[in-house]
Amino acid sequence: MPSCLYLDNNATTQPDPEVVATMLPYLTELYGNPSSMHTFGGQVGKAIQEAREQVAELIGATATEIIFTSCGTEGNNTAIRAAIAAQPERRHIITTQVEHACVINLCKHLEKQGYTVTYLSVDQRGQLDLMELEAALTGNTALVTTMYANNETGTIFPIEQIGALVKSYGATFHVDAVQAVGKIPLNLKNSTIDLLTLSGHKLHAPKGVGALYVRKGYRFRPLLLGGHQERGRRAGTENVASIVGLGKAAALELREMPEATKREAKLRDRLEKGLLKTIPDCQVNGDIKNRLPNTTNIGFKYVEGEAILLSLDKYGICASSGSACTSGSLEPSHVLQAMGLPYTILHGSIRFSLCRYNTEAEIDRVLEVMPGIIQRLRDLSPFSSDDVAWLQDRQEALLVNN
Amino acid sequence: MWDYTEKVLELFHNPKNQGLIENTEESGLAVVYGEVGSIACGDALRLHLKINIEQDSILDARFQTFGCTSAIASSSALTELIKGLTLDQALRITNQDIASYLGGLPEAKMHCSVMGQEALEAAIYKYRGIPLVSHADDEGALICSCYGITDSRIRRIVIENGLTTAEQVTNYIKAGGGCGSCLVNIDDILATVLTGQEKSIQVATELAHQKDVSKDAPKTLTNIQKITLIQEVLQEDIRPFLMADGGDVELYDVQGELVLVHLKGACDSCSSRNETLKGAIETRLRAKVLPTLIVQAI
Repeated sequence: MPSCLYLDNNATTQPDPEVVATMLPYLTELYGNPSSMHTFGGQVGKAIQEAREQVAELIGATATEIIFTSCGTEGNNTAIRAAIAAQPERRHIITTQVEHACVINLCKHLEKQGYTVTYLSVDQRGQLDLMELEAALTGNTALVTTMYANNETGTIFPIEQIGALVKSYGATFHVDAVQAVGKIPLNLKNSTIDLLTLSGHKLHAPKGVGALYVRKGYRFRPLLLGGHQERGRRAGTENVASIVGLGKAAALELREMPEATKREAKLRDRLEKGLLKTIPDCQVNGDIKNRLPNTTNIGFKYVEGEAILLSLDKYGICASSGSACTSGSLEPSHVLQAMGLPYTILHGSIRFSLCRYNTEAEIDRVLEVMPGIIQRLRDLSPFSSDDVAWLQDRQEALLVNN
Repeated sequence: MWDYTEKVLELFHNPKNQGLIENTEESGLAVVYGEVGSIACGDALRLHLKINIEQDSILDARFQTFGCTSAIASSSALTELIKGLTLDQALRITNQDIASYLGGLPEAKMHCSVMGQEALEAAIYKYRGIPLVSHADDEGALICSCYGITDSRIRRIVIENGLTTAEQVTNYIKAGGGCGSCLVNIDDILATVLTGQEKSIQVATELAHQKDVSKDAPKTLTNIQKITLIQEVLQEDIRPFLMADGGDVELYDVQGELVLVHLKGACDSCSSRNETLKGAIETRLRAKVLPTLIVQAI
C-alpha cells in the first residue's frame, strides 16, 4: 500500500508535529484540572489562557471573546441556539441551501418547533444573491447564519456585505467559518459578525476541539450548562491537551498562512488546469473568482464519484466526492444540487483540497494517474454524451426499446 | 469507507465481460440488451446478451455500467453467473445470488445487486417480446414517488430477501431513501407480509407439533399444507446449517411427492451435495412432513 497522498484537507488535516509535541506534556505529566485550587492544576489553566490568546490573534479578536468547544458542530449548535434565545420574540431565521448538515438539520428541527426558516438559493457558481437576502429580511428575523466558505466547492460568500444588511434589521449575524479560518485572513475587530465558529481539525490541530467567537457585549446564553468553565459559557472540564494544541496550531497558521496559501493556490491551479487539459468532458464546480485557495471541485461527466475515489485509493490518493454513493444517504451532495448542476456532472464530482504540506511531486502524481482512471471508467460506462434518452425519467428507462 | 470483500474489489479493478455485443447476422443467434437505472439515480446498467435461439441459452454476456464500485462489481458478477444458462434458468438468478457470488455486499449497497437482476429481466423480456410494462412489479400502488417504486415490488423484495425493516428495504431498492415520506407506508407493507408469513408458519408449526408422522400412517395433507410445512422445515431446520457454511437451499416446486429444490452458494459446487440433498434435506422432510417425499435438485 503506497503511503498516503493526502488531498482531502477540507475533510480533516494532519496534526502538525509541533502541535502534537506541544500537546504531549498535557497528556502525560501535566494532567491537572485547570479548575483545581492547587498549583498543579492552576498551571494548566495558564496554558489554556495562552491558547485562547493565540486563537484570538488568528482571527483578530480578543481573548475574552473566545470560547473553546469540542467541534464545529457544537459551535454552530451553540451559536444558533444562543441567537434565538437572545431575541425570543423573533421567530424567523435565514440561512442558505449550501450550509453544512449541522446547520441545516438544526434549522429543520427548529421549523418543527414553530420557527420559519428561509433557505437562500445559490446560482450555478454556488454564489448568493444579496437581493434575495434583502427581500427575506424582516423585523421578525432573529438570526442570519451563513458559512464563510463552502466546504465542497470553496466558494466564498460576501460576508461583510451580508453583515451590513443583517445589522440594518437588528438580527444576529452568525458565520460558520470552519473552512475559512487558516485559509484566508480574518479580522473580526472591524466586522459585523456577532458569532463565528471554527474547528481545530481543519487547522492541523487534533479532532475534538474547536472555538466559538462571541462578540464582546453580545447577549449570549450557553448551550452546555453545568460548571463554571469558560466563564460560565460552556460547561465541562476543558479538553486541555487539545485546546493547547489548537492554540499552537493557530499560532502556526498565523505565521505560515501568507506564504502557504500562495503556494497552495499555485499547486491547486496547476492541478486544476492540468486535469481540465488532459481529460475531456469535465468542468470546475464553484465560483473561481471568489474561492478558497486550496480547493478545487471538478465534475467528470459520465462516470461516478465513488468509483473514481476507489480507483484513486489504489494509488494512495485521498480525495472526496459529492456523488450519491458516497453520501451515506442515497442523495447526492445537497450543495451541488442547490447549484443546479446537471446529473451528468453531479455524480462524477471530485473534490481535491490541499494544505501547506502538499508538494509539486504530489500534484504531478495525480495528474499522471487521473486521465487513465477516468478513461477506464468511461470505457465501462454506457453513457458518452448528453443526448442519451436515459437522462430522462427513471420510468422511461424500464420501457422496452424498439 | 465501505467494507468491500476482496472479490468485489477484484471485479472492480479487473472487471470481466465489460463492453457490448455487436448485432450479428449469423443465423441461429440473437443479440439483445436490457437497460435499467438512470444517470439521475447515480447508477445505470446496460446488459448485452448473445442468445442461442434454438437452445434458448446465453452464449455471451457483456455489461456497461455507470455507477460505484458495487454497481460495477455486481454487473460483472452477473455476467459470469449467467453465461451458459438457459433463459429460464437466468430468470431465476436473484440479487442474493449476485451478492453471494461477491462474498457479500454492504447492506447499503444491496440495491446494486438488485439492479443486475432487473437488467437481466429487461433483456430477456425484450428478447421474448414481452413488454416490461406488464411485469407484476409495475402493478400496484406507487409507494415511493422519488424512485417510482410500487407496493408489489417492495413486497417481492421483502419476501425474497426476508427483510424486516424499512431501512433494509431502502438498502435493497432505494425506496424511502429520497424524501423519506413513504417510510411509514413501507413499515405497513412489512407488517402485512410478516403477519401473512406468521400465519403460514403457525399452520405449519401446528402440524409439525402433532405426533411424529413416521410412526403413524401417513396423514393426508392438502397441497398448501404440504408446501407450507416443507417451507417451515427448510427455514427452521435446514437453512441455518447450510448458511453457516456459506450455502443455502431454496424450494422451487412441489409436484405430488417430488420436492424440487435449488442448492445455492457453497452447496451448489460442493462435493458433498448429494449427502446434503438426501442425507440432510430428504431425511428431515420425510421425518417431519411425509415419509414418501423425494427430494431432487434442479
